[in-house]
Amino acid sequence: MIESLSTLVLATTPDAGNEGFMLLKIVGIVSGILGLIFFLGSAVGMLRFPDFYTRMHAAGKGDTLSTMLMLGGFGFVTMDDFSLGSWLLLIKILGVVLFIYLTTPTSSHALMRAAFEDDEMPMTEEDLKKSKKRGKKKS
Amino acid sequence: MTEWFAIIMGTCLFVLMIPVIYRICVGPTGFDRILAVNVIGTKTAVLLVIIGTLYDRVEMFVDFALTYALLNFVAAIIVSRYLNRTISLKEMEAREKAKKEAKAS
Repeated sequence: MIESLSTLVLATTPDAGNEGFMLLKIVGIVSGILGLIFFLGSAVGMLRFPDFYTRMHAAGKGDTLSTMLMLGGFGFVTMDDFSLGSWLLLIKILGVVLFIYLTTPTSSHALMRAAFEDDEMPMTEEDLKKSKKRGKKKS
Repeated sequence: MTEWFAIIMGTCLFVLMIPVIYRICVGPTGFDRILAVNVIGTKTAVLLVIIGTLYDRVEMFVDFALTYALLNFVAAIIVSRYLNRTISLKEMEAREKAKKEAKAS
């Protein structure tokens, strides 16, 4: 069964040129660069945001999307041929992507809940004004 | 081409991890630190896949990445539960004190 399936997959492999693989690689590289851009936003947010909840906003969203894009991009880049092994590899990497898609928002939600029950209050407008005044005094 | 893409992307990931490491070092609260550790752990799964493409053994390193993501998730959940429990113990003590004061008065 598996042998016949693999021979079928091999028979349908396009012999004419590497255009299909080049397209896959281009898609993977573009996706990886998009993931890097999203992670740049996440890192800058974690560095510069004033509050724990805003930092968690940056970390939760950017981290999830950038990890999914980068892993999916590498799944496409590492597909050298349409053999059974590379299909299994792609499915495994997509499984990791699905796992991260499910677990990262869950863990950040649990952390947010724990922080809120720890009386970690969100920053209000008055706190922001106070911190701005402090910054002006320092500078 | 794939090798150069993997090398450049891994370097960029390392460079972008520096602000997150700064947040681990000087984070005002413990939640900031565990959040940054969570972000770095998720990125380490990506780095493991990149290392796998460099060594041409992705099918082995993908399993490592999956295990690392699982451990990362479990660590975040356990830390949040742990901090939550200590907080609820504090609340219980405060409530007991309030009850005693109410009885005394």
